[in-house]
Amino acid sequence: MTELLRIEGLTVTPQNAPDKLLVNNVSFTLESGKTTCVVGESGSGKSLTALSVMGLLSSQLRLAQGKVIFQGQDLVGISNDELRKIRGGRIGMIFQEPMTSLNPVLTIGKQISETLIVHQGLRGQTLKARIAALLEQVGIPAGRANSYPDELSGGQRQRVMIAMSIACEPAMLIADEPTTALDVTVQAQILALLNELKTRMNMAMLFITHDFGVVADIADDVVVMFRGEIVESGPVAEVLHNPQHPYTRALLACVPDAEGKRPLKPIDYAWLNEEAAA
Amino acid sequence: MSDIILSARHLTKSYKQRSGRFGLGATLVKALDDVSLDLKQGSTLAVVGESGSGKSTLARCLLQLLPLDGGEVLFQGQDLAKLSGSALREQRRFLQMVFQDPFASLNPRMRVGQIVGEGLLIHQLGTQDERHDKVVRMLQRVGLSEADMQKYPHQFSGGQRQRIGIARALVLEPRVVVCDEPVSALDVSIQAQILLLLKELQEEMALSYLFISHDLRVVRHIADEVAVMYQGKLIEQGGVESIYDAPAQEYTRNLLQSIPGRRALAA
Ligand SMILES: Nc1ncnc2c1ncn2[C@@H]1O[C@H](COP(=O)(O)OP(=O)(O)OP(=O)(O)O)[C@@H](O)[C@H]1O
Ligand SMILES: Nc1ncnc2c1ncn2[C@@H]1O[C@H](COP(=O)(O)OP(=O)(O)OP(=O)(O)O)[C@@H](O)[C@H]1O
Ligand SMILES: [Mg+2]
Ligand SMILES: [Mg+2]
Repeated sequence: MTELLRIEGLTVTPQNAPDKLLVNNVSFTLESGKTTCVVGESGSGKSLTALSVMGLLSSQLRLAQGKVIFQGQDLVGISNDELRKIRGGRIGMIFQEPMTSLNPVLTIGKQISETLIVHQGLRGQTLKARIAALLEQVGIPAGRANSYPDELSGGQRQRVMIAMSIACEPAMLIADEPTTALDVTVQAQILALLNELKTRMNMAMLFITHDFGVVADIADDVVVMFRGEIVESGPVAEVLHNPQHPYTRALLACVPDAEGKRPLKPIDYAWLNEEAAA
Repeated sequence: MSDIILSARHLTKSYKQRSGRFGLGATLVKALDDVSLDLKQGSTLAVVGESGSGKSTLARCLLQLLPLDGGEVLFQGQDLAKLSGSALREQRRFLQMVFQDPFASLNPRMRVGQIVGEGLLIHQLGTQDERHDKVVRMLQRVGLSEADMQKYPHQFSGGQRQRIGIARALVLEPRVVVCDEPVSALDVSIQAQILLLLKELQEEMALSYLFISHDLRVVRHIADEVAVMYQGKLIEQGGVESIYDAPAQEYTRNLLQSIPGRRALAA
């Protein structure tokens, strides 16, 4: 039950349009050993929320307000050097596109070793052994350390990304749609792997997705975002089975069910606007 | 037999792939290995399977966009490979395709009016005014407007671009539409809109769909029949209910078990 991360009043605007609230007063907390899913449609501010936490907002954007308290320390306003030490160390990250995130001209072993050298000062045999252990942990034979990214399948590349992100046994993992580009079978494997790592390493996970099916499989808690704001949050069973906000209900009704029993219902934005006004 | 609009018989297709550390060797990948299927008039046949199983290759071979190594494709009983020149062009109009990536599949330098009207022009259908009217009506039907004809693809969202792709295919009044992962790049709210639009248009225009997808939730909603591909082979085929309720193959069961949120969301 230890609180690891507390986000308070996070607000992001474009540099040149301070009235445009891309992320609007977002607050939530993350606990060790638990996964919080951030869900919402495209453009709702999920990625910007994650980027703000890591101090990686693009230069056209501004964190207008808010605190990011990680292990008791506010990450907002600390130096870039300090942030860099935390990222890849105590905070791990995985992004959506495995091919663009891996360097095509370096072997995967080499790429994993970079984090370990920078953050933990490992070398020689210790480094080799650690790389082998990490690869096996994500289900890739240690012998594949000498492979280049294009010699691996999409699912294997995403596993390499996961191996890199957990290399320093981070207290928190931020994953922005890490399985959206993958096949269903591979996706199921990766979700199971992340679940297992979360439990084994007592890691807190911030997991971004727009797929409620994935939420059901991986979340302990859910935060629903719409137009930059949190409209609802709570334990996963509550949000999925007893959604309180009309937007959450509308978003759930868009998800095709595997039984094909429920008719599909796209979101009626005009109706939502009326609800919001009322 | 007459209710089968498109029929594939023993299709085979291999690709040469470079292999070895420096790409000097070559191996043959069987992307289609003796694939046969029938598409019934007015129905939707979904093709599912993991990445690399040969779904897109099948789509392209069915539409004669890629030459086959062996086998034949019969459209309304006619072997398409035996047609050439104007006869083939005439039939091609009735076989259209909607692609996965609405960003990559639209020419960024063309206006939407040109993109949607291009097929009508190529096939010399109607006068200029008639073509213009057709494009306007089609755009309106998919939820866009006449004013959108003057815009470029980058001025639209992902969902709107997919509507443009659908308008481009359907303005030719095709009989068969091959949809290759038409909603995979879209988020759930937009995905639901596009799926409903495809279903409505199918009724209105008596379309037959070959619908490629790896999302079995989507397939459950849109398909009448399902064909399961694995490593270039069609390993199982049947009515959507029988496949979902009583899959015969281990691989199909595995696919169904991988559907995210299957248990938790069923309640
Ligand atoms: N550099 C930028 N300048 C201006 N607006 C931006 C910038 N980056 C993002 N935005 C806008 O901020 C909003 C939120 O973007 P964000 O990337 O957080 O969405 P998201 O919820 O992650 O969506 P998706 O599911 O598509 O990834 C969007 O409307 C987006 O257009
Ligand atoms: N132009 C090509 N040259 C060589 N090999 C190819 C080519 N196109 C496809 N392949 C190979 O043929 C096989 C089938 O590919 P195809 O694109 O048909 O799969 P798919 O089922 O559509 O996969 P996805 O779900 O990833 O789109 C794969 O092994 C692929 O690597
Ligand atoms: Mg995002
Ligand atoms: Mg494909």
